Amino acid sequence: MTMSTANLPSANSAAGKTGEALCKLKTVNLNFYYGAYQALHGINLAIPCNRITALIGPSGCGKSTFLRTLNRISETIRNTRVEGEVLLDDENVLEVDVTALRRRVGMVFQKSNPFPKSIFDNVAYGLKVNGFSGSLQEAVERSLQRAALWEEVKDKLHKSAYAISGGQQQRLCIARALAVDPEVLLLDEPCSALDPIATAKIEDLLFTLKDQCTIVIVTHNMQQAARVADRTGFFLLGKLIEYNTTEIIFKTPARQETEDYITGRFG
Amino acid sequence: MTLRNRWRKILSYLMLGLTGVCAVVAVVMLFLILGYLVFNGWRSVDWDFVTKLPKPPGEVGGGMGNAIVGSLQIVLLAALIGLPVGFLAGVYLAEYGGHTFAFLVRYMADLLNGIPSIVIGIFAWTVVVVPLHHFSALAGGMALAVMLIPITARSTEQFLVSVPQTLREGALALGASQWKAIATVVVPAAYRGIATGMILGVARIAGETAPLLFTSLNNQFWSAGFSQPTASLPVMIFTYATSPYQDWHRQAWAAGMVLLTLVLIANVAARLILSRGISVQR
Repeated sequence: MTMSTANLPSANSAAGKTGEALCKLKTVNLNFYYGAYQALHGINLAIPCNRITALIGPSGCGKSTFLRTLNRISETIRNTRVEGEVLLDDENVLEVDVTALRRRVGMVFQKSNPFPKSIFDNVAYGLKVNGFSGSLQEAVERSLQRAALWEEVKDKLHKSAYAISGGQQQRLCIARALAVDPEVLLLDEPCSALDPIATAKIEDLLFTLKDQCTIVIVTHNMQQAARVADRTGFFLLGKLIEYNTTEIIFKTPARQETEDYITGRFG
Repeated sequence: MTLRNRWRKILSYLMLGLTGVCAVVAVVMLFLILGYLVFNGWRSVDWDFVTKLPKPPGEVGGGMGNAIVGSLQIVLLAALIGLPVGFLAGVYLAEYGGHTFAFLVRYMADLLNGIPSIVIGIFAWTVVVVPLHHFSALAGGMALAVMLIPITARSTEQFLVSVPQTLREGALALGASQWKAIATVVVPAAYRGIATGMILGVARIAGETAPLLFTSLNNQFWSAGFSQPTASLPVMIFTYATSPYQDWHRQAWAAGMVLLTLVLIANVAARLILSRGISVQR
């Protein structure tokens, strides 16, 4: 691979916005297979702590697959195989207890997927399965506030989670993920089914969240990546073509493929 | 062109008519059976019928209280064994099953579903009645449980499979173990369908006669316990309907109506209970 590899600017370099960020998550020569089909080819990527990292690329390029290996949710699909390493704080996630890993690395999905329970129970779910012993009431309120949803739902906490709008449901899923205080939040095209107003709310939310956790967002929407991300990675055909600060990716990409994609010549 | 269009239209109407007629036939059969049963049975169903013991042949009157209680006993036993086993097997098939083993289990369950009920009666007779030297409610309950297991397993599996994968992933992504995700999200998301399948399964076995002829047999008196021969409504209907006595024929109709009513009550009650709660959004 010839890309500008994943090595993050460490503490001594001053590469724009990502400045002193330490590496939170890192993949080393990551390959992923669906049966005999290889979906990811030797991905090396380092994700900085307390920053927003966007992954862009055309459909089927492997960006979602990559995201799903980070919390090992990819294992729910049968007949798949991972090679290489995923390091969370220098610990190989393929070797740690998967439930503990997923508590630390939360995920929000493309289509909002609230459980068929009340709003309250949705947010409390992660706390309950992880044996939370404090006040559920307070924890749920705090999580809904962090997801900027509290004011809109505080009077209907015990109503069905399906009774709120699509954008609110997606923020509910974010609140649900935040409830267990993840260190990393993975978002898989979280706004693809939402209108621009709901999208803007979620993007605003991401900015407020990055002080507290590391965010990785897969998106189809290049403007979204440009708006929210500190760093952006471009995937094509299962390979990481280019990874750099968002500014460089969008203004002076090093690779022709990246430029072609950014300028809309394909994808 | 116009000719072709006309032909298409005619064909469309023809097929609509054909499917409609068949749908009506299916429903009419049900109503004919129900109507005939009620017409013949309702006059004979009274307080005595549901509380008294049968009279000896030749004497008019008496009831089938023992068979009503006996049927409840046997079906309850069958449900206690068959529903949990069938349910958990269904969970295995839908959530854990690998490729080959799950395929085999599924195939076997379908085969078991297709076995004539009288064969299941003979099976229960061989493994329960013969070793215990007794016809018993226990044997009847076991025979019906054997029938209930594959019905429950397959319907449970189908309703679990229809739960969106995103709900499973949502639960797992929050750090739930697979079992926890199944128990707290997947099964609750499908519980209405699962429970409906269970009710239909129980209703189906409640009317089975053949497996009981060899197992719980019959009894003119109140059952003396699960280890003793026990009267049941289907066997009573069979015995009374094939007897030469006019009064017994009358009572067989009444028994049919009572059985139907019990199944109907259970069905409606369960549906009322299930209509509460939040169902999955698709």
